[in-house]
Amino acid sequence: MPPLFSGIEGKAMVGMGFGRRAILGGAAVLAAPRLGQAQAEPIKIGEINSYTAQPAFLQPYRQAWTLAVEQVNAAGGIHGRPLATVHRDDAGKPEDAVRHAGELVNAEKVALLAGGFLSNVGLALGDYAAQNKKLFVASEPLTDAIVWAKGNRYTFRLRASTYMQCAMLVEEAAKLPAKKWALVAPNYEYGQSAVRWFKELLKAARPGVEFVAEQFPALGRIDAGATVQALAASNPEAIFNVTFGADLTNFVRQGATRGLFERRAVVSLLTGEPEYLDPLGDEAPEGWIVTGYPWDQINTPAHTAFRDAYRRRFNDYPRLGSVVGYDTVQAIAALLRRANTTDTEKLVDNMRGLQFASVLGEVTFRALDHQSTMGAYVGKTALRAGKGTMVDWRYADGARYLPSDAMVRTLRPAG
Amino acid sequence: MRRYTLEAQNIQKSFGGVRAVDQVSFGVRPGEMLALIGPNGAGKSTCFNLLNGHLKPDGGQVKLLGQDITGLAPRRVWKRGVGRTFQITATFGSMTVRENVQLALQSHRGELARIWSPAWRLRGGQADTLLERVGLAGQARRPCSVLAYGDLKRVELAIALANNPRLLLMDEPTAGMAPAERVGLMALVAEIARERGMSVLFTEHDMDVVFGHADRVLVLDRGRLIAEGTPDEVRANALVQEVYLGSGFEPEAEPEPGEEPPAC
Amino acid sequence: MENLLLQALNGLASASSLFLVASGLTVIFGVTRIVNFAHGSLYMLGAYLAFSIVTNLPRGHLGFWGGVVLAALAVGAIGAVLEMLLLRRIYRAPELFQLLATFGVVLVVQDVALLTWGAQDLLGPRAPGLRGSVELLGLRFPLYELVLIGIGPVVLGLLLLLFKRTRWGTLVRAATQDREMVGALGVNQRWLFTSVFFVGSMLAGLAGALQLPRESVNLHMDLSTITEVFVVVVVGGLGSLPGAALAALLIGELHAFGILIFPKITLVLVFLVMAVVLVVRPRGLFGKAQVAQAAVASVAEPVLGRAPPQLKWLGLVALLVAVVAPPYLAGDYALIVLTDMAIAVLFAASLHFIMGPGGMASFGHAAYFGIGAYGAALLTKWFAAPMVPALLAAPFCAGVAGVIFGFFCVRLSGVYSAMLTLAFAQIAWSVAFQWVELTGGDNGVLGVWPDAWATKLHFYWLALGCSVVGTLALRRIALSPFGYALRAQRDNTLRAEAIGINAFEIRWVAFVLAAGFAGVAGGLFAFAKGSVFPTALDIPRSVDALLMVLLGGVQTLAGPVLGALAFTGLHEQLVRATDYWRLVLGGVILLLVLAFPQGLAGAVRQRWEARRRPG
Repeated sequence: MPPLFSGIEGKAMVGMGFGRRAILGGAAVLAAPRLGQAQAEPIKIGEINSYTAQPAFLQPYRQAWTLAVEQVNAAGGIHGRPLATVHRDDAGKPEDAVRHAGELVNAEKVALLAGGFLSNVGLALGDYAAQNKKLFVASEPLTDAIVWAKGNRYTFRLRASTYMQCAMLVEEAAKLPAKKWALVAPNYEYGQSAVRWFKELLKAARPGVEFVAEQFPALGRIDAGATVQALAASNPEAIFNVTFGADLTNFVRQGATRGLFERRAVVSLLTGEPEYLDPLGDEAPEGWIVTGYPWDQINTPAHTAFRDAYRRRFNDYPRLGSVVGYDTVQAIAALLRRANTTDTEKLVDNMRGLQFASVLGEVTFRALDHQSTMGAYVGKTALRAGKGTMVDWRYADGARYLPSDAMVRTLRPAG
Repeated sequence: MRRYTLEAQNIQKSFGGVRAVDQVSFGVRPGEMLALIGPNGAGKSTCFNLLNGHLKPDGGQVKLLGQDITGLAPRRVWKRGVGRTFQITATFGSMTVRENVQLALQSHRGELARIWSPAWRLRGGQADTLLERVGLAGQARRPCSVLAYGDLKRVELAIALANNPRLLLMDEPTAGMAPAERVGLMALVAEIARERGMSVLFTEHDMDVVFGHADRVLVLDRGRLIAEGTPDEVRANALVQEVYLGSGFEPEAEPEPGEEPPAC
Repeated sequence: MENLLLQALNGLASASSLFLVASGLTVIFGVTRIVNFAHGSLYMLGAYLAFSIVTNLPRGHLGFWGGVVLAALAVGAIGAVLEMLLLRRIYRAPELFQLLATFGVVLVVQDVALLTWGAQDLLGPRAPGLRGSVELLGLRFPLYELVLIGIGPVVLGLLLLLFKRTRWGTLVRAATQDREMVGALGVNQRWLFTSVFFVGSMLAGLAGALQLPRESVNLHMDLSTITEVFVVVVVGGLGSLPGAALAALLIGELHAFGILIFPKITLVLVFLVMAVVLVVRPRGLFGKAQVAQAAVASVAEPVLGRAPPQLKWLGLVALLVAVVAPPYLAGDYALIVLTDMAIAVLFAASLHFIMGPGGMASFGHAAYFGIGAYGAALLTKWFAAPMVPALLAAPFCAGVAGVIFGFFCVRLSGVYSAMLTLAFAQIAWSVAFQWVELTGGDNGVLGVWPDAWATKLHFYWLALGCSVVGTLALRRIALSPFGYALRAQRDNTLRAEAIGINAFEIRWVAFVLAAGFAGVAGGLFAFAKGSVFPTALDIPRSVDALLMVLLGGVQTLAGPVLGALAFTGLHEQLVRATDYWRLVLGGVILLLVLAFPQGLAGAVRQRWEARRRPG
């Protein structure tokens, strides 16, 4: 610790809950208070995310993260050593994320890095990890590049990627009679990739489809009325939607009022996630084919235990972000148990092919491309008691929605 | 020797159909102090701005030392050897008196493109000489923003002299000054003009100043030149008396800039 | 055909809401000359307050419309309080300083809104009786949008009546034309300014509240609105209500039809339009030259001088410590932070060069920083260039951009010029963002790490060296004849012209120099971070530079150095210390603004001079 910055160590936000529970000024709250061997030196995880930029999605994530760390520690930690997390806010700026990574690695001496919500932050951290030879477990970022085009030895990703979720939806979309498709996606890498994969995969699955309109509203600034009008003007039989968050809300409102969704199939990425479905309230669309997370209906023992624990701890229901946060910690804990060291190279070797029990089921981090096989739920949206929910859903195992190994090798120059 | 330093031939300017300056011709002789007078709205300012390059005449020609300068930008007019002062003093408030003059000297020598040599080292001695000449040697290190109004006028004069002008254009040089200061300043200008053989063309309200210092006087009314001659000739001119009727040949009452020092 | 007509109606609806926000901003600017960055925050507060009020009032017309009006009034009151507690105290500060204060407000409001209303987007109730749609030309159009289309012109009409028929309105118009005059009329300026803030803020609040049935209320509403609204105000002509109306119409329709023709360039369309309008009409569509504009703001700029020997020694010692100490005292992380600071200092100093001595504010200085960063990064990516040549190319790339953009920007003055720099910055940003094949789009250019010989310490020394040399070079230039000429055209354009100074050329060269030095900072940034993303040239980065310069003080050459160190230092420490760093940082900025209206360096200088003055 450089003397210049020494007053700070005690203020690090170790394992602190986010949101209203956060304590201004950031007092230290070590995460293993009930442990006999609490004196054992904790294993530190450095976690970086866009907390102030994306609070709606990252508060549930952070809460579940805290919960998971508490559970691991209550169960005796990792071979007797408690887990501790130092969280950092990158405010949505990749360069800030890189600076925090430098701090976490060099000053906080964390064993590994984790986090990332925005794709570019994830990529910047992945690149940092490769350069500084530190393990980075990307939790949220969806971009395919993080494990493929820009993949590297030190970066692993938990969530089902853009490609995988598109593949899941294409499977359903190909069954529809619709041939004329209109597409709407936010104008950035995620939206563009989703559109590209969807088109490519759907054309392969169902020859003869045509794409009659594409709209790329600026992220967070959709001009919903005009966008809806432009889509309607092309008179498609079905619509593929990639917008989310505030854009989705506005799109749905304008689309419903203008009858865009009537007599048309809508296939929509991520819309079944409570993060995006719940704000719509009783205006949630019905019958959309979506990927998502029907948190109230998944009653596997693992998920029920998770849901109950989350509810008890935060008096709130889990969002998909909660699952991601919780499972990232589970994955890291499984890794640390298996490796029994914090040496980066050994961690990486153990991470390749690591299996762990996620709340959604068994998940493997593929040695081939460092992508986990965590899946997603595919189903239809419906309204129940004035709220949006998912029906007719199934769990789509991520392992089934990845391209062939040969293709992955061509997509991933890093090997 | 050339007959005129500056010559205006049939210059004219209209604004929205109103002829502000209408076919005016005159010449400024070498070394003379020439006053341009006229009642409010006579077109003095417009005429001045046609000479210094601020306005482009609709017709006619302005010649400096025989060369056509019609419609040249003010900075080019300056480069041809015309200095000027403003009705409301214009100096650079973020610089000291000396720096103001230095900058004008550096500009005259084409040194403004030098981005690496410290400005304070260049032309300091010459600036001091000029400041001494206008009686400001003691104020050289003070920022312009704190100077008294009368002193600012002198700074302007020093700046205007930096390019060794053949002609000095002074717009209302004594506006806003106390009567005693006015005489002092104009005496100084006349002295310097004589020393350098420099012509001075000035507009003025204060008839004491005009008749005390001008060698010749031009009278404008409604855009036209109505009289030209020595002060005595002009004073005796019936047309001029008619124009100024009722005011007893007193300066017309134009609002003075007031007591507060204008912005730099 | 029907589709086009309906699209035109969509454009009208957007135009109407845009106008409501813009009208408030333009009125406030017209009278007070304050670039109110917090206007978007007031808009967001209007939406949130309306949500809370409407959902708590009984359903029905009274509940909804009453709630909207109450929310607007509440936001108006908030604006008036802001004016009285904050802005009123700093009207005499240098131009644009108030922007710093309003930015502090933006930061505070962001966290206050998060704490009050939570992180999740809120979907407000629809307007009673206006839930559905009407059939127009066989297509459906939402009723509420029709009402919205009507509200814009009605508000415009009411405002025009207010301005033409009341004494208050006459005063506002007079003040917009010539602020001195109002003082001369013996009007209580304080009262006028507060009431103008009330009205302007109320309009922002009203616009926010009226979005309730259209869009979800969320924490991004403030910043996503503010730039677009500024564009409208500037395109219309600052202070002009009819101008704002026409510009809103133009931008609203452009959006609606742009979607049909170029669905991908909606990001940059408004900025392209603004650039074209400003190049053709330097004061916007309806803008007028402001009488005595300079006279109002001119608290005389202090004389720049050679530094006192004590300060030189202090600087030298600080520099020595910065060079020698890190290897012994600091770990790798401190080196990273110190490198960031060195880069920030150079970036801020380059902006200060045109803002201080040049008198040209820039809202888009990040363009040159980012172009430098991309220049260096792309050379490494596509040509595998080593670090040093890539770094040398950075200022060149930025300088070329400076030559082109500067040519247009330096012809304009004041906020118009600043907004044109913003337009060019946004155009550059959208190239970085959209030209995926070259730049990787928002996934950025990765793997731009320093050469193997450069350890973190070496790189720090390199950055420090560039920063110190660059800052001192800018200082030396500022004190050269060229620098004096630059200040001369700022102090008094007429006088400068009258001693042969070509203000355009001088400003242009200065702009290019500033761009070049910003490019150096950008190149260093690329290698310090190992990657470059469009965020390297986005608006927040331009704003950061502006904040650093204003915080340090525009009027001294040490200002940007102090400002950059203070700002990056504060930010770095606060982000790690608390989740609510925005609240704290915003609060600190507000306190600094109130305590040191001349900026940090200005305050130090004042103390220094006060001590040396005898008596």
